[in-house]
Amino acid sequence: MVMADSFNFELVSPERLLLSEKVTEVVIPATEGEMTVMAHHAPTMTTVKPGVVTVKTAGGKTERFAVFGGFADILPDGCTLLAESAVHVDELDRTILENRIDAARAELEGAVDEKKTRIEQFIAELTKLGEIVIPA
Amino acid sequence: MPSLKDLKNRIASVKATQKITKAMKMVAAAKLRRAQEAAEAARPYSQRMAAVLANIAQAVGADDAAPRLMTGTGRDDTHLLIVCTAERGLCGGFNSQIARFARDHVRKLLAQGKTVKIICVGKKGFDILRREFASLIIDRVDLREVKKIGFENADRIGHKVIELFENGEFDVCTLFYSEFKSVISQIPTAQQLIPATAGEVSAEAETASAIYEYEPDAAAILSDLIPRNISVQIFRALLENVAGEMGAKMSAMDNATRNAGEMINKLTLNYNRQRQAQITKELIEIISGAEAL
Repeated sequence: MVMADSFNFELVSPERLLLSEKVTEVVIPATEGEMTVMAHHAPTMTTVKPGVVTVKTAGGKTERFAVFGGFADILPDGCTLLAESAVHVDELDRTILENRIDAARAELEGAVDEKKTRIEQFIAELTKLGEIVIPA
Repeated sequence: MPSLKDLKNRIASVKATQKITKAMKMVAAAKLRRAQEAAEAARPYSQRMAAVLANIAQAVGADDAAPRLMTGTGRDDTHLLIVCTAERGLCGGFNSQIARFARDHVRKLLAQGKTVKIICVGKKGFDILRREFASLIIDRVDLREVKKIGFENADRIGHKVIELFENGEFDVCTLFYSEFKSVISQIPTAQQLIPATAGEVSAEAETASAIYEYEPDAAAILSDLIPRNISVQIFRALLENVAGEMGAKMSAMDNATRNAGEMINKLTLNYNRQRQAQITKELIEIISGAEAL
């Protein structure tokens, strides 16, 4: 089997650079649906919703990160994911998620129209993320 | 003339002060290192954000699709100033430097007949600005309880600012903070947040942007990105501020320690001189007493 070409993937949150590595494949939870990025992808920019990013490194390892919304810049030879906040799946626990959901709920109070739908959607996405990542 | 006992007490008290300032200096040095690391770690994100933003702003162009956060309201009557200072004092001229810089700016705007609103981040700046502009301060953010500034803190301020903007509370928003140049030099800086100014687009980015695909579309991404960028800028300012505060505190405490050292030397010299004078006096008394016999 021929190994797929690798490309540079960077996962950055405002607080730090989480990952910068050669990878062969990255699955990004884009707003318009999940997206698998491989080398030589057409240049794309997309917003990212809360979800799990799965990274297959060139070394054959698979790493998973939970991101809470953000933005991805994809080029044929590289991909940068600017996450609003990101944690390695192993480090994520229920309390972090619940805190976030509670914060969003608090924001929901008094929100109207478009903003309300947006926050509701955000909460739904977070809840789903929790179901995927944390076994009940 | 203070007595020997007084001098001894003073020396002891200055020594105690020196111990404290020395400890504070060391604490500041350790915190400075951490603050610098945090600022360093935050750099990649803001750099890439700026690159992406410049790129996409160019694709959208200055047409009507551009969000209002970027084009502004078309007026500049009401200014919002976000003044970021430290929560604690004892750091030399750090806080007053920023406050003075902001104050000059406010005076200039007021002289031009503009309306000014101020949001204070940090207690010290609030204390200083309150004296002159108490009626202009619309809000203050307290970060006293925050041990390590996280993105959420900045994000909350960012949301507040955007909400104010959407309610038409101001036209132009400027951020005041101190840029961390080195341990001994922090430069008060003003940065315009709204209308957002996209950085220069490099030639390389220009060619790349032509073939980009946008999902959902460029304008939607831009309107999602700009609020985020505002939070990022505030976050960066807060981190720079922490580093600056610690740098200023370190050099201030270093100075204080040195001054205390000088004072101790002077007092000790004085003490010894007086002690010797007393011994001489006692000797003279004994000798003259013996001679009288």
